[in-house]
Amino acid sequence: MQTELIQEARRQAEICNACRYCEGYCSVFPSLHAERAFSDGDITQLANLCHNCRGCYYACQYTAPHEFDLNLPKALAEVRRDSWESYAWPGPLARRFHTHGGAIALALVIGFAVLFWAIRAIGSSGGEGFYAVLSHNAMVAIFAPAFLLPLFSIGISLRRYWRDVGGKPVQITDVTAAFKRAGKMQDLAAGHGDGCNFEDEDRFSQGRRHIHQAVMYGFLMCFASTSVATVMHYVFGLHAPYGFWSLPKLFGVSGGILLTLGCVGMVVLKQKSDRNLGDPSAWGGDIGFILLLGFVGFSGLVLYALGSTSLMPALLAIHLGAVLTFFLLTPYTKMAHGFYRLAALIRDAQRKRGV
Amino acid sequence: MATQTEAYDIAVIGGGNAALCAAMTAAETGARVLILETAPKPYRGGNSRHTRNFRCMHKAPLGPLIEDYSEEEYLSDLLKVTGGKTDEHLARLAIRTSEECLPWMEEHGVRFQPSLSGTLSLARTNAFFMGGGKSLVNAYYRTAARLGVDVLYEAAVTHLELNGDRVEWLDYTYEGQSHRIKPKAVIVASGGFQADTDWLTRAWGEPAKNFLIRGTPYNRGVVLADLLNQGVDSVGDPTQCHAVAIDGRAPKFDGGIVTRLDCVPFSIVVNKDADRFYDEGEDVWPKRYAIWGRLVAAQPDQVGYVIIDSKSLNLFMPSVFPPLKADTVAELAGMMGLPADRLCKTVSEFNEACGDTSDFHPTELDGVATNGLTPPKTNWARPITEPPFYGYSLRTGVTFTYLGLKVDDTAQCSTANGKIKNLWAAGETMAGSILGQGYLAGFGMTIGTVFGRIAGREAAAYAN
Repeated sequence: MQTELIQEARRQAEICNACRYCEGYCSVFPSLHAERAFSDGDITQLANLCHNCRGCYYACQYTAPHEFDLNLPKALAEVRRDSWESYAWPGPLARRFHTHGGAIALALVIGFAVLFWAIRAIGSSGGEGFYAVLSHNAMVAIFAPAFLLPLFSIGISLRRYWRDVGGKPVQITDVTAAFKRAGKMQDLAAGHGDGCNFEDEDRFSQGRRHIHQAVMYGFLMCFASTSVATVMHYVFGLHAPYGFWSLPKLFGVSGGILLTLGCVGMVVLKQKSDRNLGDPSAWGGDIGFILLLGFVGFSGLVLYALGSTSLMPALLAIHLGAVLTFFLLTPYTKMAHGFYRLAALIRDAQRKRGV
Repeated sequence: MATQTEAYDIAVIGGGNAALCAAMTAAETGARVLILETAPKPYRGGNSRHTRNFRCMHKAPLGPLIEDYSEEEYLSDLLKVTGGKTDEHLARLAIRTSEECLPWMEEHGVRFQPSLSGTLSLARTNAFFMGGGKSLVNAYYRTAARLGVDVLYEAAVTHLELNGDRVEWLDYTYEGQSHRIKPKAVIVASGGFQADTDWLTRAWGEPAKNFLIRGTPYNRGVVLADLLNQGVDSVGDPTQCHAVAIDGRAPKFDGGIVTRLDCVPFSIVVNKDADRFYDEGEDVWPKRYAIWGRLVAAQPDQVGYVIIDSKSLNLFMPSVFPPLKADTVAELAGMMGLPADRLCKTVSEFNEACGDTSDFHPTELDGVATNGLTPPKTNWARPITEPPFYGYSLRTGVTFTYLGLKVDDTAQCSTANGKIKNLWAAGETMAGSILGQGYLAGFGMTIGTVFGRIAGREAAAYAN
């Protein structure tokens, strides 16, 4: 961890702790005000609780040009990204992607190449639909490890996080409290529910919250689509291709639309926002990641639309290549934030019940 | 000199809470309103930036406020702090109107929250702004813009030309040029003069040069002086200001809330000769922090030094600057530039005068007092014995000045010859009418909101 980032966040947190005007905005301040002194772990926890809604920045009487020069959203964003890089496993991989959109693009090209190669080299053993291009077994051979290895990696990272922030044994109520807050994106709504300050200085709007919800629920529906299909395949012996009115297709198509629109909206919003209230060095990596995620959704929709044309094999390779890259980069890109946020909210629920 | 081509009905001088309430109220009647704010945009809002709540009368639970807070109770709270230096008619008007202001504030974009941690005693009387005063100011500027109010930042009003019973024109500088406008009506809401150190020094005396100003550096009293020079009626003691004791390391201006120090009741406080000079345990700190501004101002070099030991460190809200820390009292004296032998003597005399401390209770008047010490410490008197020892410096922090423009219950200004037909005043610049002495938390925002709205309404009625 970079001590100067933590030190700067600590300097600012100590000023906030003497003021407390922002107490009503989000989860960060009640947690901050519960301490008198801040360990590195405390700062890391605050950083991961912060959703960068920026309400505190625009309300702050001590932002530049004031000599106290507070910019808590930025200070915490920098600590947050640094914490993800430090906890990532294996370590050296992590430092490329958060700050380099180009590295994500390169990984995407490699993902495409792997799939084109797999289709050409392995091909099909005579299945239907997509399996006529790449066999089901080949898909499983590629995607089972591509899904499980990143999860394993995230697990290691979260263990490191949990140790540093002083996490306690988790109770079910901690988890439900955290999921409730995340499910409603309460920390992007401010205490009054008017939303956050993002695309138009100090104007409160639900824009970012709703767009984030579109991305999150869109992604979860796409994920549900694949999960349902897996169950149908293995448990019920119902094999793809599925019709439009099947669960995998209903989840997949609506999720894909939400995800694509959400990601486009997020990039547009981010362009309007003040980069200096986030982590400026993560700008490229964040935009690269959002575009990758949006592309996963979009290429899936195109594949569905043109699945019965001669373009299908190429589209399949492109979509699966994007999915492969997305999965493999999960621990090392902004995607990791979802896991850390949940961990931070679970830890915060523990703090609230006094442990 | 450039003359503004755009014709405004009303010019509002100032850009804080009172100015914004006046501007919005006037604009809602259809008047064309211009706000002339002398601060740059990041510092707009005057002292309202540093506020956090609104004291509000209410007959039943209202917004974030619990139970009720009657006109009589509110007034009696006010009379306690002002010692009777209050225009009761105007005070009752402010108090009575505050109740309808709270929903009005919400309609104009202000959001409230339950009272902040450490301020539970105010949950019934004071409505806290979510995000504090700057968020209120931001919301009001948004609403004002939507209502068509124009705002000029870094627009410094230099002169109002008073001719008999009306203001003829108004001069201001903006972007290096002088401008003259002739609005139909003018509302002055540009605060007191506390940021003008020369004026403060003339009024208070030499010690004022060492005072810190808790709020905006832009309340320099230019318009106030201009109007008083032209014979506009004044109110309030011209030599006095409201001052509290704050951390001596605070910046000269704009230190705001974070520079307050709540540790005095658990400490001994000495001057630069290392002598104690007042009972640190006289009352709970919120009731005493104002008199300590004056006590410190009366000491040599206008500075005090607070000494506590480790057992008291966590009894008060953390402040923005960490305390000095030493293993011995003598070492702490060295760090603070105090005579070490003298400080050790003062501490040991104090320690010897402490008695039974078993009744010590940090949040109540516990009667744990010294015996035979002058001055005594009458509550929370525990010996300072457990290292490490901690020290803070204290200086006088000025909140606002009392001298202002005298107004009637329509916020209208006057001269010895009667009312000025088109001049109104609101906020700190006329607060001396009601707050002749002392301060009541959240009452400045009440005066600003109530009289800002009245001034806006009256000026618009005149102009339209």
